[in-house]
Amino acid sequence: MSEKILEIRDLKKYFPLGNGQTVKAVDGVSMDLYKGETLGLVGESGCGKSTIAYTVVGMYGATEGEVRYKGTDLARKGYKRTLRQKGEIQIVFQDPGSSLNSRRTIEKSMQVPLDIHDKMSKEKKQERIESLLEEVGLPREYKNKMPRNIGGGERQLVSVARALATNPELIILDEPTSALDVSVQAKVINTLIELQKELELSYLFITHDLSLMRNVATRVAILYLGRLCELAPTKEFFDAPLHPYTQMLLSSIPVATEEEEAMKPEQITSQGEIPSPVNAPKGCTFHTRCRDCMDICKKEAPTMAEIGPEHYVCCHKFAKQDVAEHEEEGEK
Amino acid sequence: MKAERKETWIQNWYKFAAGKVSVLGLAIVLLIVLLAIFAPVIAPYPEDAGPVVKFEESSKPPSAEHLMGTDTMGRDVFSRLLISLRSSLLMGVLVLAIAVPVGFVVGVLAGYFKDTWIETILMRIVDIFLSVPALVLALAIAAILEPNLKNSMIAITIMWWPWYARLSFGVASSLRTENYIVYAELTGARLSHIVLKEFLPNTFDQILTKMTLDMGYVICMGATLSFVGLGEQPPTPALGNMINDGVKFLPDMWWLAVFPAVAIIVIVLGFNLLGDGVGNIFNVEGK
Repeated sequence: MSEKILEIRDLKKYFPLGNGQTVKAVDGVSMDLYKGETLGLVGESGCGKSTIAYTVVGMYGATEGEVRYKGTDLARKGYKRTLRQKGEIQIVFQDPGSSLNSRRTIEKSMQVPLDIHDKMSKEKKQERIESLLEEVGLPREYKNKMPRNIGGGERQLVSVARALATNPELIILDEPTSALDVSVQAKVINTLIELQKELELSYLFITHDLSLMRNVATRVAILYLGRLCELAPTKEFFDAPLHPYTQMLLSSIPVATEEEEAMKPEQITSQGEIPSPVNAPKGCTFHTRCRDCMDICKKEAPTMAEIGPEHYVCCHKFAKQDVAEHEEEGEK
Repeated sequence: MKAERKETWIQNWYKFAAGKVSVLGLAIVLLIVLLAIFAPVIAPYPEDAGPVVKFEESSKPPSAEHLMGTDTMGRDVFSRLLISLRSSLLMGVLVLAIAVPVGFVVGVLAGYFKDTWIETILMRIVDIFLSVPALVLALAIAAILEPNLKNSMIAITIMWWPWYARLSFGVASSLRTENYIVYAELTGARLSHIVLKEFLPNTFDQILTKMTLDMGYVICMGATLSFVGLGEQPPTPALGNMINDGVKFLPDMWWLAVFPAVAIIVIVLGFNLLGDGVGNIFNVEGK
């Protein structure tokens, strides 16, 4: 694999509630992002996937842990990102309605990053805006339009074009298609894939749409209550999921054809709801819904283990040694 | 592009004119502004705005010669009224020209830094100003300073900006988590960019609507101060001091007080109707 562009080490982000409790939105996540790949970060609502995105992009500071971008720890207390880093790490938000200022033309919105990052003449800016619009497949006349006069998918493409204005290397895609009609989702996704090839972009793709990841992601990471369950290359992830939660998620993807049905692992019915991150279950956070729940799962949190090449699982089932040790202790 | 802009104007006019009386308001305001600008030309006796005494003309009721009669010094009330429109409108424009930007910046900063000490300090200052009844505050300030037009404007400005701070605070605190603001921050935009390029266009509608409505109220407040002798000083005419002069001679010489009073009513009404129409263009609620 190529060089690492982003290394997240034991990242924790807690939000204190006024009453002394804390929301452990992200609780010890470690993962890497290689140059030019798409890392799909998947999870249910409230599992902390957006929190990770916002921490990487700099909206929140981390409670603990490291976010290393090209070797520099961005999450260090008191660290101020350079303008260059702000340009290189960009984000595309979920809601196309609020990502552009509704009272300003597309051109003016797109001018924001150019004004900050490039000192160039007005004519050059115009040209750059037009070429960026064309790059994402929009007509250059769109620069004179207001956001309300174009569709949601087009607005999302404008956000992508705006993100490209600073020549980014890492783009965080925070559910970029989940607010769009299915018909325009494909267009946005295809544009993103093409741009990635062309510009060697790295994507951290946040989504709850697993089936989308099959076609888009290089590797997929599953997040549950602020912790990683499984991280694997896409093909292996879909062919041989190991973590019970992954299996449950994959079997709950709705399918239309028998062909697709055949691709699915055995049917596992999803049980229960995701618990509140305020008082997450002890031990493995997933044990309340796990069909393979063992005694140890209720007491001890499992650790990440590398099962195959680049395939990590966080489950007691696959940490045989731990289990053995524990049983020995029990006998004593 | 040009055609589009023209279309927007036409649409805005339809929205404006939908409230029928807004057109009346616009007409009144235009008339007042024109009268004020050309007052020295229109006024039949422009010299009556100064220290003039014409005993032979004294205390005449309205007639063809003196449309609104003359006062005890024999000065033409109509001429004095026209001239006094100028200082009234000037007061409205100047007060808002200072109060609005100050209030906007304070409010937006407080809203943007919501839940921090910046908000606490700024908004508590605003609260202090709002907690004192406006007229009392203006009277107090104007009384401390030397009574003249400039100082009455200062007094009104000081009591007026907090309302714009409140308005901008509301808008900014609800918009600050919008993605385009977050995006600008993350990309490294300066505070001045966020305030002027992102917040201002979104606050503009409400500010413009409130400004139109407030023109009338500011003029009314100015007249109040001048009525109690804290504004423009005689012999220079102002709506307030003309009414004050006339009140002593009610009801016999009714024209002295009634015409300036009616002028104030018409001004406030005109700006109110106009403001309603402007609010209709922008769909501003609860104007």
